[in-house]
Amino acid sequence: MTDIPVDHLQDEAAETTATVRRVQRKMAPIVPAQNIAGRALVLVIAIMTFLSCLTFGAVTLVRDTASVWENQISREATVQIKPVEGLDMEAALAQASQIAGEFPGVTGTKIVDRDATARLLEPWLGTGLNIDELPVPRLIVVTIDEANPPDFAAMRAAITPKLPSAALDDHRTWVDRLVAMAHTTVTIGFAVLALILSATVLTVVFATRGAMAGNGHIIEVLHFVGAEARFIAREFRWHFLVTGMKGAAAGGAAAIAVFIVFSWWSSRNMATPQADQATALFGNFAIGSTGYLGVGLMVLVIGALTAATSHATVVAYLSDIDIRQPEAG
Amino acid sequence: MIRFENVGLRYGMGPEILRDISLHIPERSFQFLSGPSGAGKTTLLRLLFMSLKPTRGLITIFGKDRSRISRGELPLLRRRIGVVFQDFRLLDHMTTYENVALPLRVRGREEANYRTDVTELLKWVGLGDRMHVLPPVLSGGEKQRAAIARALIEQPEILLADEPTGNVDPPLARRLLRLFIELNRLGTAVVIATHDLGLMEQVDARRMILAGGRLDVYD
Repeated sequence: MTDIPVDHLQDEAAETTATVRRVQRKMAPIVPAQNIAGRALVLVIAIMTFLSCLTFGAVTLVRDTASVWENQISREATVQIKPVEGLDMEAALAQASQIAGEFPGVTGTKIVDRDATARLLEPWLGTGLNIDELPVPRLIVVTIDEANPPDFAAMRAAITPKLPSAALDDHRTWVDRLVAMAHTTVTIGFAVLALILSATVLTVVFATRGAMAGNGHIIEVLHFVGAEARFIAREFRWHFLVTGMKGAAAGGAAAIAVFIVFSWWSSRNMATPQADQATALFGNFAIGSTGYLGVGLMVLVIGALTAATSHATVVAYLSDIDIRQPEAG
Repeated sequence: MIRFENVGLRYGMGPEILRDISLHIPERSFQFLSGPSGAGKTTLLRLLFMSLKPTRGLITIFGKDRSRISRGELPLLRRRIGVVFQDFRLLDHMTTYENVALPLRVRGREEANYRTDVTELLKWVGLGDRMHVLPPVLSGGEKQRAAIARALIEQPEILLADEPTGNVDPPLARRLLRLFIELNRLGTAVVIATHDLGLMEQVDARRMILAGGRLDVYD
């Protein structure tokens, strides 16, 4: 073909060499690197990933805190002895403590002494209280081995005949209520997470399709120059995988940063009333390895979702390309 | 090489756009496809390029029945056909060189193996000094030549050109026509869809006239 004498053919060897050298550079990618739709897609993915990761982290936090509440409460039981006529309270406390301490599954007992009891009542009755003047019930805290809890019914049966005014409270009602509340909170959290994830999936799918709409002419040209469908799909899949991962990584990193800042804030303000209140409710704001793993997984899933959507769009476009109406000519 | 027998085409339940088209495009032949605007020239080219399926009749392309060609086989057969689109369809984010090299790149060929071929072809069509320019800054004629070079880079057995001189002045149109004639002399069958009578008068070639959905061939 090159030996044809055409007027503008310039075949000087030197110039050819120079030209060949000039074209020895990196070829432009088949799918253009970025356009406005592509940048918007990265931003949308980043925002949705950020929200998803925050929700996931929050749910992890609530779930962990709920399980901590549950365990802390169930680690203890209380023996309460009401003062009755003729009862030697200190002897009764010692006896009840001894009976409870002998049961297998009990790791220790602690009598709440007079001062501690007075302190407990202080918010209601003020300072300078003489506890002996009032019929105040006294408490024994029974610490329980969570893995091997004692038989509370047997313990109750052992204490009550000897000390009729004693009552054993295994916190079952309270624990059950708290567990139910914790489970409800976690369930609501997971429902919110499911909604956020669904919204993320739909947003990513529609944003990817929007970004793909501007690439129809590229698919068409590739198709008409004889590119195989799998080649075209691969090019777009790779491009959108990178785009999706970029956005998702930015969103995930921002969410992790938020958790690190909260964690740092809570540890820095430790022992202040606000921090104590926050810590009592939410633990120390650390989302733990599960949280970080979840964020990482979310980045991968969102990247894969973007790639899969672009793949499906290319396949649909290619199957549609040959049946569209041509321009009249 | 390509044969149509009583081919008809309609879109959906609409009227037939093409009716009882019978033609044969032999190897190394040169022909014009002409007719008024809206007569269906582009549609007929799309049938030749296998981007449309006829609603009736038989099309044989490179010895294969069109109705039996699977989707997977299409890209391989299309590589034997070069197409110059009316609107060029160059990719704006790629240089002239990259656009022309695209058919080779999508086949997975290494750039080092085709660099010289692309460079020489671009010089042959007179774009040696516009190789690293993006299409938006090319003139209509330059875009046209880049599109022609892209269609030729794989040395196709047949070249289909849709109004290749529609956007250029008469002297450039004559140059492009010379280019097509040279290409045909080298062994490529050429079909040029045009309604430019002046262009057709410059060459004594077969004319296929499309009007009212029917095709008349004047050898």
